[in-house]
Amino acid sequence: MFGLTALQLARIQFGFTVSFHIIFPAITIGLASYLVVLEALWLWKKNPVFRELRHFWAQIFAINFAMGVVSGIVMAYQFGTNWSYFSNYAGGVVGPLLTYEVLSAFFLEAGFLGVMLFGWNRVGPGLHFFATLMVAAGTLISATWILASNSWMQTPQGYAIVGGRIVPVDWLKVIFNPSFPYRLVHMTLAAYLATALFVGAAGAWHLLKGRDTPAVRTMFSMAMWMLLIVAPIQIEAGDQHGLNTLKYQPAKVAAIEGHWLNAPGQSVPLILFGWPDMQDARTLDEVDVPHLGSLILTHSWNGPIPGLDDFPPADRPDSTVIFWTFRVMVGLGFLMALLGFVGLWLRWRGEIYRARPFLYFAVAMGPAGLVAIVAGWITTEIGRQPWVVYNVMRTADAVSNHSVVELSISLVLFIVLYFAVFGTGVGYMLKLVAKGPSGAPEAEPGQFPRPARPLSGAPDANPLPHGEG
Amino acid sequence: MGINLPILWTIIIAFGLMMYVVMDGFDLGIGILFPFIRDRHDRDTMVNTVAPVWDGNETWLVLGGAGLFAAFPLAYSVLLSALYLPLVLMLVGLICRGVSFEFRFKADEAHRRFWDVAFAAGSYVATFSQGVALGAFINGFHVTGPSYQGGALDCLTPFSLFTGVGLLVAYALLGSTWLIIKTEGALQHRMIVLARPITVALLVGIGIVSLWTPLAHPQIASRWFSFPNIIFFAPVPLLTLATTLGILYALRRDPHAVPFGLALFLLFLGYSGLAISLFPNIIPPSVSLWDAAAPPQSMGFTLVGALFIIPIVLAYTAWSYHVFRGKVRAGEGYH
Ligand code: HDD
Ligand code: HEM
Ligand code: HEM
Repeated sequence: MFGLTALQLARIQFGFTVSFHIIFPAITIGLASYLVVLEALWLWKKNPVFRELRHFWAQIFAINFAMGVVSGIVMAYQFGTNWSYFSNYAGGVVGPLLTYEVLSAFFLEAGFLGVMLFGWNRVGPGLHFFATLMVAAGTLISATWILASNSWMQTPQGYAIVGGRIVPVDWLKVIFNPSFPYRLVHMTLAAYLATALFVGAAGAWHLLKGRDTPAVRTMFSMAMWMLLIVAPIQIEAGDQHGLNTLKYQPAKVAAIEGHWLNAPGQSVPLILFGWPDMQDARTLDEVDVPHLGSLILTHSWNGPIPGLDDFPPADRPDSTVIFWTFRVMVGLGFLMALLGFVGLWLRWRGEIYRARPFLYFAVAMGPAGLVAIVAGWITTEIGRQPWVVYNVMRTADAVSNHSVVELSISLVLFIVLYFAVFGTGVGYMLKLVAKGPSGAPEAEPGQFPRPARPLSGAPDANPLPHGEG
Repeated sequence: MGINLPILWTIIIAFGLMMYVVMDGFDLGIGILFPFIRDRHDRDTMVNTVAPVWDGNETWLVLGGAGLFAAFPLAYSVLLSALYLPLVLMLVGLICRGVSFEFRFKADEAHRRFWDVAFAAGSYVATFSQGVALGAFINGFHVTGPSYQGGALDCLTPFSLFTGVGLLVAYALLGSTWLIIKTEGALQHRMIVLARPITVALLVGIGIVSLWTPLAHPQIASRWFSFPNIIFFAPVPLLTLATTLGILYALRRDPHAVPFGLALFLLFLGYSGLAISLFPNIIPPSVSLWDAAAPPQSMGFTLVGALFIIPIVLAYTAWSYHVFRGKVRAGEGYH
């Protein structure tokens, strides 16, 4: 298809399906924790606003979660269907990590999800809170295992190669590999940021529409506090992550920076914009700030970092792509921090719920977290190329031997299906968001409101009568 | 060596897949029965009987895949790439029906029908593909070293297409008997009526597969029909027959949980028949458990977690079923 090889098609398929998948977990992780906070606040303060918000976001969570699950199952099978040589070669390490994820996280999420979404009046408030807590814990445990696995592929250690395949030698070293703590922190913060931006945009949108209720104010305010605190931490975490990458994957950093050659004794500038050209092995039209590259990456005025010229052309990741995806991520990160600080300033002036340009800004930033996450993953994964397990196994040796025809058909199938199904699902989510928190439902204190819709508490087009029982 | 890791892992994975067939079987069965039930409220009730638990049910499938990956990476990589076509279709089916649980209630009237169709079609496609994969598995694969040598369409044989249909019938039985427990009135009655022909069809299907398999595979024939095996294994077909009759009998007299229990037992028998036929091959006809096993460090590490966590998973799964016990009434769902 379009002259692409089977390898390229398999890569596109994986990249496409995983990029879709990660969008849903990011919101799942963030919303699950947010629901815990809301439910705790409700139990503690008995303020109906929290119950109303919890009820509102739980409906959105339900749709998002369903999409996260089905897109995730595709991922778990794709290792075997599309990357069979990888699975056979590295299965001894990656398989157990995935199994632990299933056992300790997926079952926990799925097992308590039913009670969390449909168990309002079937269990007491304490047990219900416990179920919500377990779901949230499950999402974080899930992130931990899958990131251990991915980080090990980036910075492998604790293994030996015996009889033509990878054998784990020291599990602690495998799990706590050098890039794992950085990646775990960075990704978890990213999920929280993406959710805060989503919730904040929903709040701002309702405020702009003149729906200035206590619930809308509360969620907007919570989201802005979250951004204010987390965005700067994320920038620091990202910086540390970059230093770690410089140490273990210098070729990736060189490609991110579009940096080719260290002239002796000269500092490395920070290239703000430019066009890294893989053919000519240089960066065109660059706009740079002298010394800043050295300063950020080596914390010294003239420190050298390896350039792409230090690596044979076959071992260079595609700088053209990741130069830009990295800048998208970092640029959005700074915009998020800006949004947080402007929010603080307006709060101090008492205008945070009224300043329209600011509210428009918050709405526009709604998808920014998700865009930054996908951009970040593309940077990480393409920056690892041409390796699938860094310096151990090449991507070209990992792919199953399917024909171009098979892969083209399945790729087209996935693309059509994903856009149709998940596109519609996101549409339903946004429609629910646009309806807004619906005013406090009738229920006595200490009891959860009866959902209008039996299945998931969502108002539907034609609500059925409430049942008894 | 103290414990036999490959055997233990085979038991765990077989248990996981069994749990999957048992649990997702009845909720896929509900989608399979959809075309026979036209009334909207009945359909809502049917979906509501599984809404709180379907995700957990499907997780057993993920455990089967991940467990295979961890314990038998060679089998995982060969089987999954050999079964590329049915597995991709299965995933497509699971996506369509998985999202329909949520979407059919959130869509407006115009879209609703569409998600009902997606729910039913997804259930059919997913089940049929699983059945095809099962048939292809019994037929065996052409393997050299770590790679599958056959083509993409090799898994489509008359036998595998037949097992695909057979699995549809099996899941439909699980679905209908499950609904006999969870519903009442006209809907329950309808299920009782439907369950009878489905049971008969399943018995015929099992009979055909049981003849076809040994005829096509001399290895399997000698496993069953040589002495003294024939005596040890004789209970399997006899029990199968007795169980089917038991279901038909129970359906006649105001049934509750008995048909479902017996249907589960029937599936279990079919499953053990399969195990008898194929053991110890994990990639039939030639690659055994031991050939495909992961390094002991991988199996051992994961075993600790599996033995420790699976009982906990079973406990809270049971608790969740307990919370949602009882009949589901029309228009009521869970509250
Ligand atoms: C940072 C977190 C993260 C990342 C990088 C990934 N996932 Fe994911 N995944 C989750 C976080 C998550 C989650 C939060 O646990 C989900 C999202 C929604 C959900 O239901 O659980 C989930 C669902 C989910 C499921 C369905 C679970 C179920 O049945 O309940 C599977 C099988 C996978 N994922 C597998 C994968 C694979 C093979 C990935 C790598 C290529 C992957 N995920 C990346
Ligand atoms: C969920 C977040 C993730 C995203 C967004 C992501 C993104 C990507 C992208 C865009 C590619 C294609 C790279 C290319 O075409 O050059 C890719 C490839 C790949 N990724 Fe990831 N990835 C994620 C997580 C993971 C995890 C957790 C693992 C392993 C456990 C993993 C393993 C792989 C493999 C095996 C490939 C195929 C080989 C390759 O092309 O590099 N990815 N990923
Ligand atoms: C603004 C400052 C930021 C810096 C300096 C930064 C730095 C980095 C670096 C260096 C990597 C690549 C690491 C590697 O592959 O080894 C990375 C990856 C990533 N970034 Fe950022 N980042 C920033 C902001 C953000 C924001 C705001 C988000 C999302 C909300 C985000 C999400 C991600 C994700 C999801 C990845 C891939 C997973 C990973 O490798 O951790 N980043 N980031």
